[in-house]
Amino acid sequence: MATTNAIQASGLGHLSDATRKRLQRKARIDVWFERTLFAFAFAVLLLLGAIIASLMFSSWPAIQRYGLDFFTENRWAANVEVFGALPAIYGTLLTSFIAIVIAVPVSFGIAIFLTEQCPGFLRQPLSTLIELLAGIPSIIYGMWGMEVLAPLLRTWFPSVFPAGTGLATAGIILAVMIIPFITAVARDVINTVPAVMRESAYGLGCTTWEVTRRVILPSVKGGLVGGVVLGLGRALGETMAVTFVIGNNLFLSTTLTGQGTSIAALIANQFSESDGTQRSALLALGLILFLITFAVLAFARYLLRNSTGRHA
Amino acid sequence: MTADIHLDQKRDAGAVEAAAAPQVATKLRVNDLNLYYGKFQAIKNVTMEIPERQVTAFIGPSGCGKSTLIRCFNRIHDLYEGIRTEGQILLDEHDIYDTGIDLNLLRSRVGMVFQKPTPFPMSVFDNVAFGIRLYEKLSARDLEERVEWALRKAALWNEVKDKLKQSGQALSGGQQQRLCIARTIAVKPEVILLDEPTSALDPISTGYIEDLINELKKDYTIVIVTHNMQQAARISDITAFMYLGSLIECDDTTKIFTQPKESRTEDYITGRYG
Repeated sequence: MATTNAIQASGLGHLSDATRKRLQRKARIDVWFERTLFAFAFAVLLLLGAIIASLMFSSWPAIQRYGLDFFTENRWAANVEVFGALPAIYGTLLTSFIAIVIAVPVSFGIAIFLTEQCPGFLRQPLSTLIELLAGIPSIIYGMWGMEVLAPLLRTWFPSVFPAGTGLATAGIILAVMIIPFITAVARDVINTVPAVMRESAYGLGCTTWEVTRRVILPSVKGGLVGGVVLGLGRALGETMAVTFVIGNNLFLSTTLTGQGTSIAALIANQFSESDGTQRSALLALGLILFLITFAVLAFARYLLRNSTGRHA
Repeated sequence: MTADIHLDQKRDAGAVEAAAAPQVATKLRVNDLNLYYGKFQAIKNVTMEIPERQVTAFIGPSGCGKSTLIRCFNRIHDLYEGIRTEGQILLDEHDIYDTGIDLNLLRSRVGMVFQKPTPFPMSVFDNVAFGIRLYEKLSARDLEERVEWALRKAALWNEVKDKLKQSGQALSGGQQQRLCIARTIAVKPEVILLDEPTSALDPISTGYIEDLINELKKDYTIVIVTHNMQQAARISDITAFMYLGSLIECDDTTKIFTQPKESRTEDYITGRYG
């Protein structure tokens, strides 16, 4: 009876002083451990906030001066101090869109081949090669695009690619650059489909196409979207390779294959030699790129939440 | 003493049944089958017959080759590399290992249900309609009727009739397994292979599925792999005991469980090893 009361009173029962001290010390360490973890996590948020704040602060003069015209003005002419973001935004979105349109089917095709059809002895070497592609520095893609791809396009399709360089050329280079990323993610998520799932589908008499289309891809929809968004995020912000081949035309040209510019390319070309309003306008462009990337990621999160929620 | 009397009665009952029962046709005939995973021989010279519209149960300790054997019946092994088979398996006296056999057609005739339920990422209705749509072009109305028929057969209709549009993956484990059975019978196969279909289920769901197997054998040839010997005794007509890749004994279930010919069978069913 007495023991029961003691346990109820202390919540711990009878403890020697040494034990009690040790427990208290452990609890103190744990508190500091948790605080440290929190500090690390919070630092990231702080950094994010600081970057946004400084971008907004430095781009404020341009935003104040041009207001919404900044988004509708169709040229970027530093000599007359007319700064319109439209050509760069158009170029960024269009090149990334072209890249995704080319890269998604190719990457999914490679991933499905690797997981469903590839003979065992080829699987590992092929996977490794594709991962190596992801490791090629972007400047090399840029040089290759300028030296090899652009002249080829100009020779083969002179009417479509009069200059060789241009928005579509940049889109093609971006596609090549993001294919390894999307492929790697797609391969990994497809590999998470349990073997019995495949066997049940084949066991009903499905062909490989039917199994892939109706069972495997829908099972990992969320992961696939994640992979595409990862590639898209990279394409939106890619600077070096794009700067080499996009043509750097600062006037809006609403063609697919004509020369243009992108946010990242424009900043890279002009930032180091800019000051005053021009620099502020370039920073405002940076802010826009940041917001576009952020929106894409948020949208992907939303899609992922939907697709996982349904199966949970 | 009492045990002997009991056995005699069983034997007599079996003899009477055998005399009265009409000759049962053979659905699947296995001739001298060997299977190798690389260098490892998983099935050794198996020869047996599986009768039509009866339940044939495979028992034996883990790794004895029983699952490997029934996975030959719809050639699901062909999905993987490094598996080699020798010998014959005849479905209605046609060798399923002949070149020229359409694997998809074979698998639509020999359906399979696995240990873990595998509902596809689609609605309950579409899960069942999935296989039908692969092989038949039915009107919307006929398709609905067929889906209802399959779900009723699988004793699931009453539980899901109001949630046909919900994801099949949102059902409980036992319901999912019955959904998989409905999906399998919806395409009207001739043989249904069940690979430990109840080992992941609670006793109530297991009961449902055993009743279901009893019901299904009127129309289908059923082959089941089970670790549960009571289950084999309850639901099967024929029991095959496998050990280390060999078929040790295959006979009427009553005989296997009361007077096995082989001492190894007796040791296993009495729990001496396993």
